[in-house]
Amino acid sequence: MIFEGLAEKLQSTLGKLKGKGKLNEKDVKDAMREVKLALLEADVNFKVVKDFVNKVKERAVGQEVMESLTPGQHVIKIVNEELTALMGNVQSKISFSSKPPTIIMLVGLQGAGKTTTGGKLGGLLKKQGKKPLLVACDIYRPAAIKQLQVVGEKLDIPVFSMGDKEDPVNIAKAGISHAVKNNNDLVIIDTAGRLHIDEVLMDELKNIKAEVKPHEILLVVDSMTGQDAVNVAQSFNEALGIDGVILTKLDGDTRGGAALSVRSVTNKPIKFIGMGEKLEDLEPFHPDRMASRILGM
Amino acid sequence: KVYVKVDEELFEELEEILITSDIGVNTTMEIVDELRNRVKSKKITESANVRDELKDILAGILSDEQNKLNIEPSPVIILVVGVNGVGKTTTIGKMANRFKKEGKSVLLAAGDTFRAAAIDQLEVWANRVGVDIVKHSEGSDPGAVIFDAIKAAKSRKADILICDTAGRLHNKKNLMNELGKVFKIVDREYPEATKEVLLVVDATTGQNAVSQAKVFKEVANITGIVLTKLDGTAKGGIVLAVKSELDVPVKLIGVGEQMEDLQDFDSKDFVNALFGDENE
Ligand SMILES: Nc1nc2c(ncn2[C@@H]2O[C@H](COP(=O)(O)OP(=O)(O)OP(=O)(O)O)[C@@H](O)[C@H]2O)c(=O)[nH]1
Ligand SMILES: Nc1nc2c(ncn2[C@@H]2O[C@H](COP(=O)(O)OP(=O)(O)OP(=O)(O)O)[C@@H](O)[C@H]2O)c(=O)[nH]1
Ligand SMILES: [K+]
Ligand SMILES: [Mg+2]
Ligand SMILES: [Mg+2]
Repeated sequence: MIFEGLAEKLQSTLGKLKGKGKLNEKDVKDAMREVKLALLEADVNFKVVKDFVNKVKERAVGQEVMESLTPGQHVIKIVNEELTALMGNVQSKISFSSKPPTIIMLVGLQGAGKTTTGGKLGGLLKKQGKKPLLVACDIYRPAAIKQLQVVGEKLDIPVFSMGDKEDPVNIAKAGISHAVKNNNDLVIIDTAGRLHIDEVLMDELKNIKAEVKPHEILLVVDSMTGQDAVNVAQSFNEALGIDGVILTKLDGDTRGGAALSVRSVTNKPIKFIGMGEKLEDLEPFHPDRMASRILGM
Repeated sequence: KVYVKVDEELFEELEEILITSDIGVNTTMEIVDELRNRVKSKKITESANVRDELKDILAGILSDEQNKLNIEPSPVIILVVGVNGVGKTTTIGKMANRFKKEGKSVLLAAGDTFRAAAIDQLEVWANRVGVDIVKHSEGSDPGAVIFDAIKAAKSRKADILICDTAGRLHNKKNLMNELGKVFKIVDREYPEATKEVLLVVDATTGQNAVSQAKVFKEVANITGIVLTKLDGTAKGGIVLAVKSELDVPVKLIGVGEQMEDLQDFDSKDFVNALFGDENE
């Protein structure tokens, strides 16, 4: 079972329930309060927590539990099931196009980790036999192009750039042509960090999307993000129709509740996690480990 | 205004505002308890007044006599620290611009020798603002950069030396030790300087910022916080938890990516923004 660790924690939190032959609504309510606080302390969005707890409560005071011989166990099972449903229970991979090059575009707020993650992802997929090209579409941040070039050099991955005077839509388009000419079967587009409420820059992303039709648009999210994660994820998803999420900086000590928030409002899978500043520090995402982390185990 | 009764629902509503601003469960509970006490003892009966009372509590937590930058007298050294990607280098560019406009001579130190093109990034800012920069090559010892920068600041009689440092997560022992070494060098080489140590916190950050502030304070004796990226929809309420738990004042806020997007922190404005209220 994927939420094994979680089950243990809940066993003790809900231990009081377990001993009881019968449950009343107050028993369930008290236990759910604990769960609610744990989730909020982990930065899971307020509304997401509320919906989650209500859902569990509703099921827990229902007939199946009340008539069960081991009602406490039953509640634990329900929490597990609902968390699994919320987080997504299977690991999601990058889907490659049957007609190369596969185009991946990374988007997100300022400083989330896009440029570093672009390099990491290129490195990871290069090891799996792909021939990546990194495309420098951040024309705004000081030395963003240079940063991508340094990253590319370290990984021995080519970087396509046209300086910072060209429109990012044109750069993306020219980058794809360059990849086709040079037999790169994978293109990773680095975009500038932007606020989800910045209409001009959000339009720029829409235009890049319309022009190059990426196979994967991945939202890069800092795992330390708090309550605002839902607004960010929702806005990027509405504007672009993202295909997945990469969570960064999980080598820190954050509980990472943003994972649940983002997942819940977009219903898009978390595909990778960033586990450090080095270019090999990217790992596939395991929903079970994340759930344990969020609840602080 | 519509008359609304002070009831449980109102407290819950206010609690929700606080939690969704990232103030955190514990600090929120403390604040709401205090609010309940005040409402009772002051016999407040109108919801608008409850709201004002709450604002007063919040502003009270945040207001601080020490919330102005400590940059008198010259020479000054400002060290800028924080976790990855929060806005340290950008804030340095903005501060340099402000000080230069005030007629001060400013020198920058490229103390992030680790991240790809971090030195180039600071150099772009130095050129933009029109100030000098001391730099070594990528991969070199950050302590040596700071040492040289202090020497340069002395010989050029710079009013303010601002030092960039690499982003680091506070749970990385070796990186925090490295920072500790930089601080020893500053203490040893520049004892006469007025010292300001700013922790940069991204307003989108959740509860982890408390842990960041705690550990950075142990290593670096933080004298103030810069809260960046307040131009987004995140409220940055976590600084309330940081202030009430660690007593570090917020000094500056970042409200954009441009040179001018730096402001002094104003607790009243900040609290109004938490509630989505206009500032007078
Ligand atoms: N510890 C840690 N640091 C990371 C991780 N991913 C990125 N970083 C660091 O986070 C900071 C920001 O990373 P960037 O790749 O520049 O972020 P970005 O999203 O491209 O930033 P902008 O282009 O300015 O929007 C850098 O210091 C990176 O080294 C991670 O998984 N762990
Ligand atoms: N919207 C907004 N973006 C900001 C603000 N301050 C900084 N940024 C952006 O955030 C990103 C990261 O800023 P940096 O100054 O590179 O952050 P840093 O802390 O030096 O990053 P590392 O050195 O990699 O740890 C850049 O894209 C900046 O333009 C702000 O106040 N508002
Ligand atoms: K961030
Ligand atoms: Mg970038
Ligand atoms: Mg920096």
